[in-house]
Amino acid sequence: MVENNRWGNILAHTLLILGVALVVFPIYVAIIASTHTGGTFMRGTIPLLPGTEAINNYRTALLQGRSSAGTPPISLMLWNSFVMAMAITIGKLAISLLSAFAIVYFRFPFRIFFFWVIFVTLMLPVEVRIVPTFQVVADLGMLNSFAGLSIPLIASATATFLFRQFFMTVPEEMLEAARVDGAGPFKFFKDILMPLSITNIAALFVIMFIYGWNQYLWPLLITTDPKYYTIVMGIQRMLTGGDSEPLWHLVMATVVMAALPPILVILFMQRLFVKGLTETEK
Amino acid sequence: MAAIKIEGLGKVYPGDIRAVQDINLDIADGEFIVLVGPSGCGKSTLLRMVAGLETITEGELSIGNKVVNQLEPAERDIAMVFQNYALYPHMTVYKNLAYGLKNRGFSQQDIDERVQNTAKMLEINPFLDRKPRALSGGQRQRVAMGRALVREPAAFLLDEPLSNLDAKLRVQMRVEIKQLQRRLKTTSLYVTHDQLEAMTLGDRLVVLNQGRIEQVGSPMDVYHRPETLFVAEFIGSPSMNIVRASTFANKDNQEAVKQLPEGTDVIGVRPDTVVFEKPAEPHLSFDCEVKLFEPAGAESHLYLHLLPDRQAFTMRVEENTAVAEGGKIMVYAPLSVLHPFNEASGRRTD
Repeated sequence: MVENNRWGNILAHTLLILGVALVVFPIYVAIIASTHTGGTFMRGTIPLLPGTEAINNYRTALLQGRSSAGTPPISLMLWNSFVMAMAITIGKLAISLLSAFAIVYFRFPFRIFFFWVIFVTLMLPVEVRIVPTFQVVADLGMLNSFAGLSIPLIASATATFLFRQFFMTVPEEMLEAARVDGAGPFKFFKDILMPLSITNIAALFVIMFIYGWNQYLWPLLITTDPKYYTIVMGIQRMLTGGDSEPLWHLVMATVVMAALPPILVILFMQRLFVKGLTETEK
Repeated sequence: MAAIKIEGLGKVYPGDIRAVQDINLDIADGEFIVLVGPSGCGKSTLLRMVAGLETITEGELSIGNKVVNQLEPAERDIAMVFQNYALYPHMTVYKNLAYGLKNRGFSQQDIDERVQNTAKMLEINPFLDRKPRALSGGQRQRVAMGRALVREPAAFLLDEPLSNLDAKLRVQMRVEIKQLQRRLKTTSLYVTHDQLEAMTLGDRLVVLNQGRIEQVGSPMDVYHRPETLFVAEFIGSPSMNIVRASTFANKDNQEAVKQLPEGTDVIGVRPDTVVFEKPAEPHLSFDCEVKLFEPAGAESHLYLHLLPDRQAFTMRVEENTAVAEGGKIMVYAPLSVLHPFNEASGRRTD
């Protein structure tokens, strides 16, 4: 492929290693910082070797958080984030699967129009419509609730569009065979279409979960009750809350824990993902 | 098992495009009907209308004395084999076969029994746990057949089921389908554009052209007595030589031409009825130039140009025929084997 050039190789690898270091170093610092006492960090030099306070720090973060400043324990925020991310993910998948199914397989008036309306909303991310959305959610009394956290983020043009493209590649005969076999629209959807889309579902699940987990602005706006704080916004609250110096060691422990679930989801779904890739065939 | 009655069936697409029109056909219980025609003749559309996959816009369709125009495919008690098989890729062979039964609410035990029997009959029982992806083309074809058989439907509808197989497998499956149909005696409707399949499989042949029926009859009837010019040209391989009066009505043939039925201005001659020796009976003679001798194993073909207007003409000959390419010869066709037609009406004149 590329000709074997010793110096080129060394140069390429040096660059790559530098790149990796650049990405990994902050994460490393975060992990190290979460194992020291708060004071170590404040002294100005950033320690590069693990400290001894890891267990203590994580326990404090998980069970107490920075309760003096009104932030709930991390465990609750982790749970809130998880519930919100799952609700968004599952909601998005369910709605986009169904709407793509409707658009591809049913002939109803203004079908193409509706498809384009959905498609156009791709250009309107949460941040753009945040003020009116907030108004609507507030009027519906959904502030400080899981419904308020997740429902406005559920509609997904991206996923609808992707599923539509996929459904259109499923041979027409598959539908006809199912009809001859006595499967109605819903059975066809459940027995044929869903299993065929399992790869796409897995991929979108990962993407959507991370999207949901990383929501920052929206939870920040609509939750004032610490009971509904999510972890990503919670980190920010931990930093600014109270009058004292930020408790960096606890913040870092929180950061590390906040990064874990998306990684776990990727690891878990990747297996399904690869399995889907190797086993499914149209 | 049931008879199928098709009365004045037609399919009009928006924009007044008539894909199929005026189809009348009575299919007896247990009969094997082959729909044959060139691409775009409406044969698949007709089959899909019978299946219920296309809506019927004109006429009436009855299966087993019941009008089924408005019924869903599943309610018509038919089974269909698709050209690309349309097996469910994520289900094992067993589940593929069982799916239709499951949807119809058969008990687990019934399903199992039927699937096992069908699998045994088609010799696909070793693959029941495999997914379609792990099967060869021929095996997939069998599974597709099995999915139709397992239901024991009133009628089988097959849409070019063999066209995705290689030549050898196609012959083998053709024979098997024929035997299977004989044994099960299920009314079958089979669409193909392949003449050989059409001739060998069908109890009756339905030749379609431009959405209309050209001729219905047993394969041999259709072959030996094509009713229209279209059928004459379409059925038979190599296809029939069609010669216009302008070419054959010369002074050599004066006597013979008088004996042709009234209105004949085109004649059809099968390549295998043309001879080198002048027959004793009344005949037409053709003055021609040899273009190409093509030995093809079992039979050989001689490609000629009729003089004077160099119209192409094919003749079946023996392998050891000694003719010089570029030479001029005379060939003869007895009147008794000619097919006389009228070009304007496209119909037979005798």
